[in-house]
Amino acid sequence: MKPRWIIPVVAGLVSGASISALAATIQISMENLEISPAEATAKVGDTVEWVNKDVFAHTATARNGDWDVMLQPKKSGTLVLKKAGTVDYYCRFHPNMKAVLTVTP
Amino acid sequence: MFIRLSAAVAALSLLSGAALAQAAKPSDPQIAHIAYTAGVIDVAAAKQAVAKSTNKDVKAFAEDMIRDHEAVNKQALDLVKRLNVTPEDNDTSKTLSKNAAAKLDELGKLSGAAFDKAYVANEVAYHKAVDGALETTLIPSASNAELKSLLQTGLKIFQGHEQHAEHVAAMLK
Repeated sequence: MKPRWIIPVVAGLVSGASISALAATIQISMENLEISPAEATAKVGDTVEWVNKDVFAHTATARNGDWDVMLQPKKSGTLVLKKAGTVDYYCRFHPNMKAVLTVTP
Repeated sequence: MFIRLSAAVAALSLLSGAALAQAAKPSDPQIAHIAYTAGVIDVAAAKQAVAKSTNKDVKAFAEDMIRDHEAVNKQALDLVKRLNVTPEDNDTSKTLSKNAAAKLDELGKLSGAAFDKAYVANEVAYHKAVDGALETTLIPSASNAELKSLLQTGLKIFQGHEQHAEHVAAMLK
C-alpha cells in the first residue's frame, strides 16, 4: 500500500523548486537624471532592468568595471547578475547620476 | 586665452551678479531664449571639436554634448510651441553668442593637444557658469512651472556634463 502523504510532499517539492528557480527581474528607473531606487538589492541569477524614461542616453556603469549597460533614450537595458557583492554604479555621460546595487548570493 | 576665458565667465556671471540684481528679472520668453542659446553654443563648440580633435575621449565627449543639448533644445522648442511663447532675444543671449563666436574663433586657431585641452577647459568653465546662472537666476525667475521644470532638468544635465568634462580634462593631463 502506498503511503498517502507521498503525493502532497512531492508536489510541494516540485513547486518549491520551481519558485526558487524562477529568478526575479528588478526594475530600476532613470528619469530626469535620477536613478530610482538609488539603492537596490537583488540575488545572483536575477535580472536587473534599467528603464530609461529620459530623452537622453544613459549608461549603468559599474565602478569596478564588471558591467556597462548602454541605455538609449526611452529604452530599457537588462543585465543578468552573475556575482555577489555591492556594486557602485553611475552614468558615464552624467556622472552625477549614481546608485548602488547589492547582489546577494 | 585665459583672458578670453575669464571674460566669458564674467559675462555669464553677470546673469547672477550685481548687473542683474539692478535689472528687472528676465521674463519667461527671455529665459527660454537664454537657455536655448546656451545649448546652441555648446552644440556649435562640440561640432568644432568633433571636426578638429583626433583624441577619441574628446570626440566622444563632444558627441555626447551634441546629443544631449540637441535633445534638451528639442524639448525646449516643443514646450515654447505648446505654451505659445515666442523666445525673446535679449542682452544676455547676445553677450553669450558674441563670446561664443570669439571662443570658436580662438579655438579654431589651435590644433592637436592644445586644441583638446583648450576645448575641454572651456567646457568645464562654460558648464560651471551656466549652472550658476540656472541656479541663481533663470530657475528662480521662471514663472511657468513647465519651463521651471525643464530648466531644472537642464541644470542636472549641465552638472553632469561639468563632471564629465572635468573627468576628460583630468585624462588629458
